[in-house]
Amino acid sequence: MNALYSMLMEQGALPPCRCTVSFVSMIRLTKINKSYRIGQHALHVLRDVDLHIKAGEMVSIMGSSGSGKSTLLNILGILDQYDSGDYYLDETPIRALSERKAAMYRNRFIGFVFQSFNLLPFKNALENVAVPLYYQGVSRRKRNRIATSYLDRVGLADWAEHLPSEMSGGQKQRVAIARALVARPRVILADEPTGALDSETSYQIMQILEEVNQSGITVVVVTHEHDIAERTHRIIRLHDGRVQTGDPVPVRQ
Amino acid sequence: MFDLDKWQEIIANIRANKLRALLTAFGVSWGILVLLVLLGAGSGLENGVNRNMSGFATNAVYVWGRRTTLPFAGMLPGRWVRYDNRDTEAIARTISGIEHLAPRNQLGGFRGGNTVSRGDKSSTFSVYGDYPQFIRIQPMIISEGRFLNHIDIVDRRKVAVIGKTAKEILFAPGEDPVGKAIKINGVYFTVVGAFTSRQRGEGGERHAQSIYIPFTTFQRAFNVGDRVGWFAITAQPGVDAERVEKDIRSVLAARHKISPDDEQAIGSFNAKKEFDKVQNLFLGIRGLIWFVGVFTLLAGVIGVSNIMLIVVKERTKEIGIRKAMGATPFSIITTFIQESVMITSVAGYLGIVAGVGLIEAVDKLGIENDVFANPTVELSTALIAAAILVLAGGIAGIVPAWMAAKVDPVEALRSE
Repeated sequence: MNALYSMLMEQGALPPCRCTVSFVSMIRLTKINKSYRIGQHALHVLRDVDLHIKAGEMVSIMGSSGSGKSTLLNILGILDQYDSGDYYLDETPIRALSERKAAMYRNRFIGFVFQSFNLLPFKNALENVAVPLYYQGVSRRKRNRIATSYLDRVGLADWAEHLPSEMSGGQKQRVAIARALVARPRVILADEPTGALDSETSYQIMQILEEVNQSGITVVVVTHEHDIAERTHRIIRLHDGRVQTGDPVPVRQ
Repeated sequence: MFDLDKWQEIIANIRANKLRALLTAFGVSWGILVLLVLLGAGSGLENGVNRNMSGFATNAVYVWGRRTTLPFAGMLPGRWVRYDNRDTEAIARTISGIEHLAPRNQLGGFRGGNTVSRGDKSSTFSVYGDYPQFIRIQPMIISEGRFLNHIDIVDRRKVAVIGKTAKEILFAPGEDPVGKAIKINGVYFTVVGAFTSRQRGEGGERHAQSIYIPFTTFQRAFNVGDRVGWFAITAQPGVDAERVEKDIRSVLAARHKISPDDEQAIGSFNAKKEFDKVQNLFLGIRGLIWFVGVFTLLAGVIGVSNIMLIVVKERTKEIGIRKAMGATPFSIITTFIQESVMITSVAGYLGIVAGVGLIEAVDKLGIENDVFANPTVELSTALIAAAILVLAGGIAGIVPAWMAAKVDPVEALRSE
């Protein structure tokens, strides 16, 4: 069903999804448990986490430090393994993947946006944006063309030749968003995307993420800032590794 | 597979740490340089000594008489062993496997010198009584005339074949010595030929100061009766020269009433044995050179491996980012191995160029003596060294690359 939907959308048969409610599941976690072994003790970071994010949703995950939100995001991003439970990403079971397969899913399904931008310092903006395409084996000429169009989309076409060190924080984060989008992922995972930015720049970044979401891509934002979280459709609160039930009310319609 | 991006990244990485890359590369360059220079020096030594030995037949045996040290058959020790023509006949008759047998005499005894003059020119030369076959035992180049022949021996002709130095001293430059008379120990001889030595170095110089006269003439003209100074023998091809040497010794020992246990009474020299010894020495030297060179190179390669480990540590964060972007372990491993191979290959190439250049330069200096001549490194050796380098670079990169592939992206992205 999801495949049919995305196929139709890619062919332009369906308009980009502007509706917030979709019946297609993008991320589905059931009874996810994760613990770290520290010495002889086990630190139980995630306890029976159930999470359901539909395609086209924009949600935020909030929680104090140590609540397990980073771990949750790492599991969603297939950077980390979980101990038990089930994780379906775009209806694909994500479990015990080989390194190569995990790399492939990260490349094709997921775009990462980090608090500290994580651009490669010795590559210019264009080259940074093109990195995911490089790992897809796209030819140099083609990936530069695609990367240019995405840089243009975040308003940085004129900055293509600049190194990250020559850019402001907001610009760097826009490059990072362009890089996250370039492989046309299903989900954008943003880990404190505005954590290192002033509030005005933060809003600009959120504006871009909202536009991304409106183009049909599911967006998950981890944040501890309420004003940022409130710009998403739904807030998922984590406390001591559990999803807080009680206020599943959409923040904004 | 040529991947421009990968190479650009490798070059960018090396340029970011120029000094470090340079020092690392130096270790490898130095290693290969040491290996090549040692190999060149070894080949120079080998060439020098081999050239020096090429003036001898390598299967030659020399036998001479000394003093007995043990009493035997009622004879006291300390008796001189002297040979004569009957010994020559006995050896020729009883011992198989001899190719050339040449009894010899020298005027004034072994290494003695005698005044040879022509008009107002005179000098001291070594004068030998020899048979024609001696030229087969000690090769020489006849530059003018001829060597001694059978008729010289039979007719006891007073003829002489003179060495290059003797010719230069006794004759004017450009003067043909053939047919001219020289005076040896008061006896006139007609020069029938001149030769240059095939030997190099000191041995060659000594040889060029020699004068050969017929053996039979020598015995009569210089009043030594039927005495033979010593024997020069070559074994037939495929015959063990050592066996021939032993047989001759036992025949002579029996004829001269020498105790079979008296090793000192008869002196002998087996060129083959000496040649083999020298060849074994070269084998040992070559082994040592490879041992030292390869381990020096290994030290350089371990240096590369070490630096690559540091590079992996430094680039942990970058590796994490790349993994988040979808880099496969394979692509990460190949990047680091390529970088390692590139550093070792470029450094090694420079080392090879420097090493070969150095050896060529030494060769150009034209140092040539008894123990050193024409140092060379064969192309195949250089190519083997280059192949070893690429391989070593790959091996040096394996551990760091594996560490890079094992980087946990979660940890890496958290690190600053």
